[in-house]
Formats: sequence, C-alpha cells, structure tokens
Amino acid sequence: MLLQLDSVSKTYKDAHSTVHAVEDVSLQISEGEFVAVQGPSGCGKSTLLLTAGGLLKPDAGSVKVNDQDPYAMTPDARAEFRAQSIGFVFQQFHLVPYLSVLENVMAPGMAAKSSISEIRERALHLTERFGLVDRRHHVPAKLSSGERQRAAMARALLNQPKLLLADEPTGNLDHQNAETVLNDLSEFAANNGAVLLVTHDERAVAHAQRGIILQDGKIATTSIGSGAE
Amino acid sequence: MTVWKLALREIRHRKFSFLMGVISVTTAVACLVGAQTLLRADRVITEQLLTEKQSEIEHAVAAKEEAVKQAGVELEDAMRKHMKGLGFNVLILPIEQSRSELLLKGMTASMPESYVDKLASSKIVSVNHLLPSVSRRVQWPEHDREVILIGTRGEVPILHRGLKKPLLEEVAEGKIVVGYEIHKDLKLKVGDKVTFKERKFTVSVLHPERGSTDDVTIWINLGQAQEILGMQNLINAILALECGCTGDRISVIREEISAILPGTQVVEKYSEALARAEAREKAKESAESSLAREQESGEALLQQEKQARNQLEQQHAGFASVLVPLVLIGSVVTIFLLALMNTRQRTEEIGILRAIGFKSKQIILVFLSKAMLIGIAGGLAGIALGFWFGWSLGGVASNGIDWEKLFEADSLKFTIAMAPVLAVVLTGIASWLPALIAARQDPALVLQSG
Ligand SMILES: Nc1ncnc2c1ncn2[C@@H]1O[C@H](COP(=O)(O)OP(=O)(O)OP(=O)(O)O)[C@@H](O)[C@H]1O
Ligand SMILES: [Mg+2]
Repeated sequence: MLLQLDSVSKTYKDAHSTVHAVEDVSLQISEGEFVAVQGPSGCGKSTLLLTAGGLLKPDAGSVKVNDQDPYAMTPDARAEFRAQSIGFVFQQFHLVPYLSVLENVMAPGMAAKSSISEIRERALHLTERFGLVDRRHHVPAKLSSGERQRAAMARALLNQPKLLLADEPTGNLDHQNAETVLNDLSEFAANNGAVLLVTHDERAVAHAQRGIILQDGKIATTSIGSGAE
Repeated sequence: MTVWKLALREIRHRKFSFLMGVISVTTAVACLVGAQTLLRADRVITEQLLTEKQSEIEHAVAAKEEAVKQAGVELEDAMRKHMKGLGFNVLILPIEQSRSELLLKGMTASMPESYVDKLASSKIVSVNHLLPSVSRRVQWPEHDREVILIGTRGEVPILHRGLKKPLLEEVAEGKIVVGYEIHKDLKLKVGDKVTFKERKFTVSVLHPERGSTDDVTIWINLGQAQEILGMQNLINAILALECGCTGDRISVIREEISAILPGTQVVEKYSEALARAEAREKAKESAESSLAREQESGEALLQQEKQARNQLEQQHAGFASVLVPLVLIGSVVTIFLLALMNTRQRTEEIGILRAIGFKSKQIILVFLSKAMLIGIAGGLAGIALGFWFGWSLGGVASNGIDWEKLFEADSLKFTIAMAPVLAVVLTGIASWLPALIAARQDPALVLQSG
C-alpha cells in the first residue's frame, strides 16, 4: 500500500473559531492507482492532501506512506522522506520567487542530495515535457498561472517519487495543456506510482480510476472512475 | 544549485533589504573602527608631539649647559690669569714699611729673605703660593728713564703641600721681562739684548698693556736684583697668593701670617683681574640661572602640552564613549529588525524549501550565508569608512604619521579583526532565530501563514 489514511482528522483552532476541516477520513491507495478527490470549496480537500503529504500533522488517525508513518519521524527525517518519496503540487504553486523555473524544478534535488548533473538532466527533461523550454530562465513572477502550474508539476516529479499529491494541477490550464498533465499523471500511476488528485475538473476525473467526493471534511461517496480498467 | 547560490539569488531578488543590512553593519563597524582609529591617532600624535617638544627642550637646555660650561671655562681662565697676574693676593711687608710711602715711592723697607723659607716650612693653610721679591724705583741709566725693578726668584714651594706646578716661572739669570710702556718706547722684541746698569740681559717676555705700574716695570732674577740694589739676602715683600678667592678671608690670613712672621704686615692687593674674575663669576651665575630657568620653563611647557593633549584625548574619548554605544545599539537594533523582517518576508520560502525536503540545517545555512555576506560587505566597508573617518578627523596625515604606527596598538587591530566577525554573528543570530522557528513548524502552516 502506497498511501494509507486511517480515521484522519484535522481541526483548525484559533481564538475565535474551530473548523473541522477533515473528519475521520480513511483512504487507501496502492501502486498504480490514480484517485481523484472532488468536493465544494472549503470542504477540506487541500487539508486532506497536506496531511497525506506529511506537511500537516493530523490531530487524530494515522498516515502511512509506503508503510512508513512520516509523523513518527523527526522533522528533518520527515523532510528527507518527503523529498524522496512524495511529490506535491500546491494549489498556490508555491514556487521560490527568486529562482528561475529551471532552478525551481531542480530545488528538490538539492534536498535529496542527488548529483547535480543528474538533477539538471532531469530538470531539463521535465521542463521540456511541460512545455517550459522558453521559460526555463524566468522567475515565477514573470510566468502565467498555467506556466507556474506546470513548473510546480515538473518540480513535484523531479525526485521520481512513488506518491504524487496534486492540488488542482489543471485548474489554470487550457485543454491541450491539461491533457498533457493528466496524461502524465496517468502514466506516472501506471509506472508503479500512485496519484491523489484534488480537482474540480471533470476531465481529470475521467482519467482517475477512483473518485472520492468530500463533504464537510468527510468522505461522502466513492465511485469507480472512468479511468478504471 | 548550492546553498550559496540560493543566498545570492535571494540577495539579488531583494536588493534593498540587503543594502539596508549592509548599510547598518557599515554604520556600526565604521563607528567602532572610526572611534578606535581616532583615539589611537590621538595617542600616536601625542607621543610624537611630546617627543618633539622634549627633544626641543633638551636642545635648548643643552645649549644653555654649553653656555654654562663656557662661562665656567672663561671663569677658570680668568681665575688663572688673575693668579698669574698676581691679582688677588696679599703682600707681606716688613712692619716698618709705611703704607703711604709704599703707594708714593714703592717699597722702601726690607726684611730677610729667610722669612719666605720660614713661611714655606710652616703649616700655613690660607695661602697657596709664595713669591719673594725685591722691588725698587730705580733709574735705568742706559735709557735715561725711571723704572720699577722687580727681582723675583719664582715660587717658593710650601713644604707641607707637596710640589705643585709653580704659578710663576722664575726669571732666569740674564733674562729680563719688560712691561708695556718700556718695551713700546724702546721698541724691544723678544730676544733683544739690553743693558741695565752695565749688565747684559736678553728680553724673554714682553707683557701686554695692563694699565698699572706693571707697564713701567722690569723683572729680573732675584739674585741679580739683590746684587744690583746691594740688598744681598734681603727682600722687600712676599707675594702670597690665596686660592679660595671669595669672602673676607684677609683677617684669617693676617692672623695666620703674623703668628709665623711677627715682624711683618699684610696688605691686600686688589686688581682688575679680580674684578674681571668677579664679572665672570657673575656671568657664570647668570648662565646657570638661565639654564635653570630654561629647564624649568621647558618642564612647564612640556607639562602644558601634555595637559592640552590629555584634554583633547579625554574629550575625544568622552565623545566616543557616548556616540559609539549609541550608534552601536542603534545599528544592532536595526540589523536585528532588518534580519527579522527579512525572515518574516521569507516565511513562504522557508515553507516551500521545507516542503520540498530541505532540512532545517540547510535552510538556516541559506540564511546564515546571507548574514555572512552582509557582515563581510558591511564590515569591510565599515572598516574602510571608519578608518578614513578616524584618519582625517585625527589628523593622521597632516601630522605626518605613519599609518603603520596606528596599528602598533593591539586594540585597533582587535577591533578591525573583530568588527566584521561581530557583524556576521549579530546578523546571523538575528536571521537564524526566526529561520529556526519557521523551520520547526509544519511546512503547511508556514505556507498558510506566509
Ligand atoms: N490554516 C487554517 N486555519 C484555519 N482554518 C483553515 C486553515 N486552512 C483551511 N482552513 C479552513 O478549513 C476548511 C478547509 O479548507 P481547505 O483549504 O482544505 O478547503 P478546500 O477544500 O481545499 O477548498 P478549495 O476548493 O477552495 O481549495 C475551510 O473552511 C478553511 O476555511
Ligand atoms: Mg484547496
């Protein structure tokens, strides 16, 4: 099992309010699977994804990625584990503002301590695959939203993780580019990876083998997607 | 991609924040180094000025000392001449010699020559040299003029004193010493032969003008004079020369001599030579007091200069002791706030790097690299600026000071070495703390808060 969530809950608390963003969610994704999560805005999709990606510690329940509990590790060990095992595409992209596209794509390689030439090789390949060849040396501020999204995608794939978590990676893309990205995700899953995708895009759901609908932090329905064989 | 490259990229991206950091570090370091340089320059200039002044004064004192020495030499010379010119001395005369006759006609009474030997073999202490003589106003028939003839046998050694170099040489037999008026009138030269009362003499010494009876005197050997005057074994006077020439010692001398030679009287002879000696003595005294004054005023001048410099140094030190901490605290706070702000600005970036797998150590290193660059750049600029400031304010160049001399002080070297280190550490701490806190949070929370 590549990703296993058991009764995961996350509550945001502050002085004024308490938001139960994710409540008692259990979910398993095995190698080769492509799962799409849908749901209305604010239902807790991003929170679920962050929790699954070892970026946000849940209040209750357990998370296992590749049979390892990232939250049982020290923060540094968890960071290294993320670098090696998990690719994450943020909803807001979160590219480093002062690094060029190519450098942003290469950045996870620094964390994973791979050889520079190999990182560069892969970064060049990924930027090419996502149509960013002319944008390699631009900083994120000079990119369109779609270009930023693709750069974020390329960065998530650099360290060849097993698990890919993507928060609306096609939200800003035209049909053509969205297709490229979705095909890539399918391909990634097919190569013994696993994809958990948050999306509003029906085309994306079409690529998934399983669809989950989240409602108020809980799983409302699970469906077999059209991508299932 | 290295940590360094990340730091450099960030600096390029946020030039203003970097510049502000560098400026505040520069200000702090410049202030510290400037103050140190200024104080050090003060010290060096003070040392130099005081050394110069000291040697100036030493020169002046040395010149005065030379003057005193010269005056001393002149005095000694005068004393010697005065002795030789039979200046300060007493005449021992037979008791029956009338004073008025002595002055009007010269010596008329006589006493046995053996008196001098008696005196010489006594334990006399107040008198140093004894010169027996015969003296008479006589006609020089060959030249038809009146002269004073003095026969002298030179100095009779005082036995208990041991032998001394005689002050006056005996006039040898057949020789004649001639006073000024006479040799001028007769146009005599040393070596000329003259005849006196049918006896042949060779001129051995011609005296210069003395303005006294010496100018009309001729000196010959005592024995010859006694024979010419028919005064075998008789003398008219004994010249006694006294060494210590100050104070009223004449009564002491009188007492002593009359005890040894009851039939004599003692007359003090005063001379111009003595007056000259006294003048010289005064000159020496005035030279000495002038030396003392010079020494005193030099000391005072040096003290004054020292005080003035001290005051200036204290003024600068006081100024620095207020300004330096103020600027330092201001700069440190600024450095800290800037680093803090920069780190807050960078929380998103910390979250991103953390999310994509950077360890907290790597992230902190990125921040410290920047802090180091700020510290080094600001430190170097601050050293240059501060040094220039202290240099021009301290008047290093205008006082012709070698800059190497400034660095002989360890405090300045230490400040210059430590200032950038301090700047790096400060900037480092200021950026390390928030970076550490951010790096310890869940990346998602950091991203959300940023
Ligand atoms: N850091 C936070 N502090 C407090 N509340 C938060 C925080 N992050 C999210 N929430 C709240 O938690 C709930 C779930 O948010 P989440 O971002 O997971 O929604 P979402 O499903 O991804 O929405 P969208 O489709 O708009 O991205 C929302 O009500 C949101 O307001
Ligand atoms: Mg979301």
